[in-house]
Amino acid sequence: MVRLPYTTAVTTLFSFGLLFAFGQLRDFSRKLIDWLKSTNAKSCSIAALEQGCYAPICLGLEDFYVRRFYLRVQDCFCRPIASSPDAWIDVVERYSNDNNKTMHRTSNTTKCLNLGSYNYLGFAAADEYCTPRVIESLKKYSPSTCSVRVDGGTTKLHVELEELVARFVGKPAAILFGMGYVTNSAIIPCLIGKGGLIISDSLNHNSIVNGARGSGAAVRVFQHNSPSHLEEVLREQIADGQPRTHRPWKKIIVIIEGIYSMEGELCNLPEIIAVCKKYKAYTYVDEAHSIGAIGKSGRGVCELLGVDPADVDIMMGTFTKSFGSCGGYIAASKEIIQHLKYACPAHIYATSMSPPAVQQVISAITVVLGEDGSNRGAQKLARIRENSNFFRSELQKMGFEVLGDNDSPVMPIMLYNPGKIPAFSRECLKENVAIVTVAFPATPLLLSRARICISASHTREDLIKGLEVISKVGDLVGIKYFPVEPPKQAQNSLKKRE
Amino acid sequence: MASAFMNMTTTTLAWVSSAFDAPLARAVVFGVLIDGHLVVEVLLVVVILFLLTRKSYKPPKKPLTEKEIDELCEEWVPEPLCPPITEEMQAEPPTLESAAGPHTVINGKEVVNFASANYLGLIGNEKIIGSCIGSLEKYGVGSCGPRGFYGTIDVHLDCETKIAKFLGTPDSILYSYGISTIFSVIPAFCKKGDIIVADEGVHWGVQNGLYLSRSSVVYFKHNDMTSLANTLEKLTRGNKRAEKVRRYIVIEAIYQNSGQIAPLDEIVRLKEKYHFRVILEESHSFGVLGNSGRGLAEHYGVPIEKIDIITAGMGNALATDGGFCTGSVRVVDHQRLSSSGYVFSASLPPYLASAAISAVDYLEENPNILTTLRSNIALLWEGLSNVPGLVIASHPLSPIIFLKLKKSTGSSKGDSQLLDTIAERVLEEDSVFIVTMKRSILDKCRLPLGIRIFVSAGHSESDLSNVSTSLKRVAASVLFELL
Repeated sequence: MVRLPYTTAVTTLFSFGLLFAFGQLRDFSRKLIDWLKSTNAKSCSIAALEQGCYAPICLGLEDFYVRRFYLRVQDCFCRPIASSPDAWIDVVERYSNDNNKTMHRTSNTTKCLNLGSYNYLGFAAADEYCTPRVIESLKKYSPSTCSVRVDGGTTKLHVELEELVARFVGKPAAILFGMGYVTNSAIIPCLIGKGGLIISDSLNHNSIVNGARGSGAAVRVFQHNSPSHLEEVLREQIADGQPRTHRPWKKIIVIIEGIYSMEGELCNLPEIIAVCKKYKAYTYVDEAHSIGAIGKSGRGVCELLGVDPADVDIMMGTFTKSFGSCGGYIAASKEIIQHLKYACPAHIYATSMSPPAVQQVISAITVVLGEDGSNRGAQKLARIRENSNFFRSELQKMGFEVLGDNDSPVMPIMLYNPGKIPAFSRECLKENVAIVTVAFPATPLLLSRARICISASHTREDLIKGLEVISKVGDLVGIKYFPVEPPKQAQNSLKKRE
Repeated sequence: MASAFMNMTTTTLAWVSSAFDAPLARAVVFGVLIDGHLVVEVLLVVVILFLLTRKSYKPPKKPLTEKEIDELCEEWVPEPLCPPITEEMQAEPPTLESAAGPHTVINGKEVVNFASANYLGLIGNEKIIGSCIGSLEKYGVGSCGPRGFYGTIDVHLDCETKIAKFLGTPDSILYSYGISTIFSVIPAFCKKGDIIVADEGVHWGVQNGLYLSRSSVVYFKHNDMTSLANTLEKLTRGNKRAEKVRRYIVIEAIYQNSGQIAPLDEIVRLKEKYHFRVILEESHSFGVLGNSGRGLAEHYGVPIEKIDIITAGMGNALATDGGFCTGSVRVVDHQRLSSSGYVFSASLPPYLASAAISAVDYLEENPNILTTLRSNIALLWEGLSNVPGLVIASHPLSPIIFLKLKKSTGSSKGDSQLLDTIAERVLEEDSVFIVTMKRSILDKCRLPLGIRIFVSAGHSESDLSNVSTSLKRVAASVLFELL
């Protein structure tokens, strides 16, 4: 829950208002200069005449936000790196000659602590079990099959991974796709169409929103993580029926996520499943961030919250975050998977997943399950849980406003003010810590934040260094909104932990 | 009785009229003289105002009680999530046991592979595999983040510069999956109220992008330039509103639903006449058409600046995965913040980006593989030109050779069953792997189905003659009732 202090809200609104006013002023002076220039030029060139007949690709206000807000702080985003996205990365230095409008790369790099990549179990770097097998499969199968799954793109690896994923997640069958985003966008239209109803959480990811829009079904939103509001919406919708004709809905699907990536919160799965069962709605859980990262054996939010996987109708996940690869999967009953294999456009028209990436997931899941003969998987899972809980509690003790539940490896730190976003990001980079800051439109306007993703490859020293730097920069920037715990008590609890 | 009544009425009337005329009915209020009838008129106005402020009678709304809602919820029965599974839905595609090159292994047997869009024969190329191994050891497999949050690796930037230099455009942008390229690019540029003219044979990715963009879409007959000219004329003639909105023509270079090639010079002429922008989907023509493989624009000799937006998937000629989009600086920069498949998705795995760089390098150094590919296509065309019951329906230069039934059975289901039987028998009896077109129920395209043969520069002459003889034999026996 975000508790926005009144004074902070006022100052944030004021800052945005100031930026908006300056932006409009600059736009106005640009228009003035252009008009003066055009009245001065006696003969318009043919190119200008031609251009005038085409409507501009971006009309005036559509990219106002980009031109006047985003470009000022462009150096905080899209920072290129020159190494694998492991615990320490080499951030490439960039410079700009025209006030951040265009950025140029140099060949210098700085080694920074990586608190931004989704590398929950530490499979991003070369791994002793996975990498040799991946290289073998690359030599055998080549980087791509150049074919769709239904033609000549299904290899033995794909079949093996589908069975392994189904076994890992606890469902009868699974189907693979080459990209997580496409999984959501292409599956939802196959399951529901016109005459159906999708009820989705208000903070769902863009891929789910696109998939819901592409399906043609009606979409309603329920308050984030609130089973009581979901029940209200369900009762109202079933009683009313379709919008104008009042015919009963053909089917209702409720879509939620395992961990919400901008909040770090877990979903309220047991209650939501109970509500959906009572009203006969189908459930679709998107476990992009939670599969492999939470739960005693890494099986995701169902294991952590004690829900039987058979109660969830469709479980979706991606391999990008915890398994260090690319692609997505859907796990459900055999009939649903058979239907999807026959009907889903992403299965019929899109190139199949690259075989080395498939091998990487197979090896990663084998390590997590402990079937490779070592207990590295269990160690990684224990380490990520310890790391996340330690980091979160230390941040809270320092007085930062940290969101998210216990055990979740994603922790946003609230910044609020637009001026603090580049300040926090740049100061942390100077101290060699790479931080991700997020603002509008990925978050609500007033609630910008810095998001930290903990990995199992972070050691305790890395985390302590990160904490020191964040504390120092936090004092400088002024984001410790809560009272600090007195240092003697904090030291005592640290000593106790060690 | 009557007279009493009459008396009463006359006295009332007299009283009322005297009330009007009586000097007492006049009053002086605040020095203003008020006549008697004014009092009545004021009273009338007050009554009218009073009535207006009362709520009009509506039948009382009875919202559903909790008990009624409970009953409705109990009674409602949803449809099952998926329709019942039929026989044809259970068909599984063959599983490959080695790389999908010109020869591959299925079920322990070596077969000639005509099902992979491996046009330049780059699957199994030593240099590309070497660069991938170097990349894997340095960067791992995945990039673990979207482009905005430390998912931009220097190989991505190198790949974008390389592709832009190869095509001769200022810049390009990489996407992490081939099919998501086009359905992210279209909604980034086309919004509600814009006008799009698209070919009716475009594939599902383009159709999805057009649907998500919420613009008004008009389809013209497949690859028919007169139909396109008529549609453009109809849309712009006398339409003032059309001049203020953005207008686009969406076409594919080589249509994967039919193997036809779009006549780009005609389209550019029409686009300049009617002031439309062109979005060109070059997934199957990049690396194939043109003297050095630079695509449809080089093939027709059209300068690349005339085409506003070019997108392509790299899963075909370049033997890697992912996609790119290129155009002017404005076009590419705009997508970095407003294209949903770029901003909200993890970036391309770095080893696939290095594979793309090596593939483009290889194409630049060895332009003779294009001549090999062209001669293979010509050879196969000759070989397949008299298969009994099947006719070639694709363009002579297209690397996708599209065979459809000369005489259809009347239903698309019947057609596809026949074609499936032919493909299965060719695989079993002659070890040649060919595939039929499959169509999803969500696809709006209505072009006829057929057999697609993907020709590669890696096929030898014996492979090509194998497939022609095999097809002739099997088609003759399977289709002999239809002939």
